[in-house]
Amino acid sequence: MPRPLRRGTRRRVRHRLPPLNPPVSAAGETLLALPDDALLDRLQRAAFGYLAEYSNPETGLVADTSRGGSPCSIAVVGFALSCYPVAVARGWVSRSAAAAQTLKILRFFSESAQNDGPDATGYKGFYYHFLDMQSGRRVWQCELSVVDTSLLIAGILTAGCYFDGDGNEAEIRGLSDALYRRVDWQWAQNERQTVAQGWKPECGFLHYGWEGYNEATIVFVLGLGSPTHPLSAASFAGWTSTYQWENLLGQDVLYSGPLFTHLFSHAWLDYRDIRDVFMREKDSDYFDNTRSAIAIHREYGARNPRGYEGYDRNLWGITAGDGPGNRELRQSSRDRRYFGYMSRGAPYGPDDGTIAPWAMLATLPFGADIALRGTRHLLRTYPQICSNDRFCSGFNPSLAEHGNAWLSEGWYGLDQGLLVMMIENYRSGLIWEITRDSTWIQAGLKGAGFEGGWLSRCR
Amino acid sequence: MNQDDLLRRVRPPSWKNPVPQSVYDLAVLGGGPAGFAAAESAARQGHSVALIERYRLGGNSLHAGSIPSKAIIGTARLFAAMGHGGEYGASSSSKPPTDFAAVMARVRRIRTRIAEYHSIERCRARGIDVFLGDARFVGHNALLAGESPLFFRKAIVATGARPRSSNIPGLEQVGYLTSETIFDLGGLPARLGVIGGGPLGCESAQAFCRLGSRVSILQNDPKFLPHEERDAAELLSMSLSRDGVETRLNTTVAGAHVEKGEKIIEAINDGLKYSIAVDEILLSIGRVPNVEDLDLRAAGIDCEPDQGIKVDDFLRTTNGDVYAAGDVCMALKFTNAAESSARLAVQNALRGKAERQSRLTIPWCTYCSPEIAHIGMSVKEARERAISVKSYTVMMQDVDRAITDGQDDGFVKIYVREGSDSIIGATIVAARASEMINEMSVIMSAGIGMRQLANIVHAYPAQSDAIRLAAVAYVDGAPGIHAD
Repeated sequence: MPRPLRRGTRRRVRHRLPPLNPPVSAAGETLLALPDDALLDRLQRAAFGYLAEYSNPETGLVADTSRGGSPCSIAVVGFALSCYPVAVARGWVSRSAAAAQTLKILRFFSESAQNDGPDATGYKGFYYHFLDMQSGRRVWQCELSVVDTSLLIAGILTAGCYFDGDGNEAEIRGLSDALYRRVDWQWAQNERQTVAQGWKPECGFLHYGWEGYNEATIVFVLGLGSPTHPLSAASFAGWTSTYQWENLLGQDVLYSGPLFTHLFSHAWLDYRDIRDVFMREKDSDYFDNTRSAIAIHREYGARNPRGYEGYDRNLWGITAGDGPGNRELRQSSRDRRYFGYMSRGAPYGPDDGTIAPWAMLATLPFGADIALRGTRHLLRTYPQICSNDRFCSGFNPSLAEHGNAWLSEGWYGLDQGLLVMMIENYRSGLIWEITRDSTWIQAGLKGAGFEGGWLSRCR
Repeated sequence: MNQDDLLRRVRPPSWKNPVPQSVYDLAVLGGGPAGFAAAESAARQGHSVALIERYRLGGNSLHAGSIPSKAIIGTARLFAAMGHGGEYGASSSSKPPTDFAAVMARVRRIRTRIAEYHSIERCRARGIDVFLGDARFVGHNALLAGESPLFFRKAIVATGARPRSSNIPGLEQVGYLTSETIFDLGGLPARLGVIGGGPLGCESAQAFCRLGSRVSILQNDPKFLPHEERDAAELLSMSLSRDGVETRLNTTVAGAHVEKGEKIIEAINDGLKYSIAVDEILLSIGRVPNVEDLDLRAAGIDCEPDQGIKVDDFLRTTNGDVYAAGDVCMALKFTNAAESSARLAVQNALRGKAERQSRLTIPWCTYCSPEIAHIGMSVKEARERAISVKSYTVMMQDVDRAITDGQDDGFVKIYVREGSDSIIGATIVAARASEMINEMSVIMSAGIGMRQLANIVHAYPAQSDAIRLAAVAYVDGAPGIHAD
């Protein structure tokens, strides 16, 4: 999800900025000395720490990035809601505190302005991509985002499934259900076969296309599972008709370039052994497909066609994220072009040598050995990418200024939330366990034509 | 070679139309690629042929389309290469200023040279009666060629298409260029706004940017080249932006006006309004068929103003003696489509054949850098027809010759019907995709499958070896099959 990177909005939540190029080799060495499980525990807990630290104490809204003035990203809130059960299970937060924090967030979304005005929080049950951290209202004239609302709703449903007690927990379930039921997915189809990506009060529906596979499977699963305003049965088929099954760099794959597109839906949905029509035809599933995508990224790292610094079979991870900014340089008689925040991909590109340091670790459930080998290699080679045990959004060793490789400032909430969830899915499968129990998610998967595996055991 | 040489070939000032024969086997309306091919083909088979052209022989392709645009793209590529000379160890990497007059003189020289192959003399030598003037039907088997009444047994309408105009408020008053007028520019515009992100818009945007114009391209759709697949269109976006073209997708042009001597394009993106100041505007939003002045009704020929003359799969119009070919009736408005459809129409009209246009396999190419070429079915079309398809992709960055040439952007994708080795289409994005797609055309016409292709020896190193490598990937992945 490429997003604009802007500054200057008001911000009062507390934040801590890491030094730009922190002297962390000692910390890196300490991390490397840890056995795998201890290493994961530490990195996971630090990632969770972001979601707690950078949240508004009244509303629970979570900042998109740790940078001053960052607004809330609703997708990050969805990740945060999903991470509180992890924190409870890991003993980092008491269950009652986690429930209180979750309830705060759900109450905010339940009570905030839902109308077609230019500065509401949402409309038709969907929410604006970025909200003011204080007022909770739309900022930057951003779009009412279908994908980001879906990630938020996935978190809301996760919370609703996990908190099964009385008191606050009962209210969480009630609000979770009501917020999900309120989303008008039918409206978002705009009377077409597939779903609009967004809407703005200024111009109505955005007409960005949906062509080819990406992170949006969860949009359709949630939309098709809705008991109130479901997507049409044909919507998913409309999207998957643009899929392309491809043999690429030795792998058979449903291709999508940026690595995050193979991870976001997967953070919530247990795709192991369940298949939709397309995957049945190809004798694969979305879980194995991510493995193939990882193999392509590693192979691309090994081939390193553009000759970028650091790339290796054990150093990869090209995805959407922060970048060095738009500039053109001639380096060692090569013309090179760098970009700011953008969706990068492999092998088709765009690729400017920027790696997302968190990405390899986020693939943990799809192959722990590969993910850990890569992450350790990265920490050993470029320890500066990890400060306070948290990975920065991007770094680019091909672009060194004053001897320091370019490093994204601070942290991004999406990266941290995804890491907490994926590490947990690897360690215990907790998130997948929770969402497998959601009747709405079961209904959505079945509505999209998924069959087999654990889903066949659900009534 | 000058303008006189061009006219001598395609519209001699002293030309006098011949006295018409009593009846022609074939009357061809339009002397562009389709009309020329139809007339030649029929004459070669011994038929009497009248060819009527209202402007100049050669059509849009020679005068305003393929030829001048490829000539100017040739110069633009040289300029781009000079800008990257340093990467190759060339001592100077600075781009010289553009001598636009020399660039355009080269375009005209090339046009004049190629006009010889479409010349009126050549037609006459083949026994074709050429009439210069407007063609207009006056009956089921009769028309007026200029002032001359002319009777025919069969006719082929091949009057082509012209750039589509627009109802953008203010644009007519501000003034704009089209593909038909841009090559008459006297000087390089400092700032050029291109409206439309189809093949012609993208080619022109990149070429003028490389020549030194500051170019903005505005496209209503979320991607350039809406008919190409996502990965190809995204590579083109990157390439345009790398060259310095300001790309504005999802952008609607709401109006145009003049302010302090500048042309202002008023644009809207996601509800945000802004304006772009330019010196020239190129409107490139498609082409519409030339049908208005033909009095088609007099011959009982149906047409739609936007789609053109209605034809069946045999290219026959609603008048059983009249066929159509090329841009005037086809969705694919390309020179090769025009020529191949014209030859097919001749076979059906004069030889009693029943060849179907739907069986034609027509490759096409957009001549940006890298070029984007396609043939056959797309994956989307295949899936719509419930054909299970798998793409075999080779990235140009993995092809030795593309690496040595410094032309490693792009890919070869061959679409294969699953459960077989049968090739149903291909998309190629490469520096010379237009050359490589022709190999795919031969492969598909000859019915060569992936297994056989994997064993066809190619020159090495060559960029077209990517095609063989895709077939090798097929064989590697198919159990029990190995390339020798």
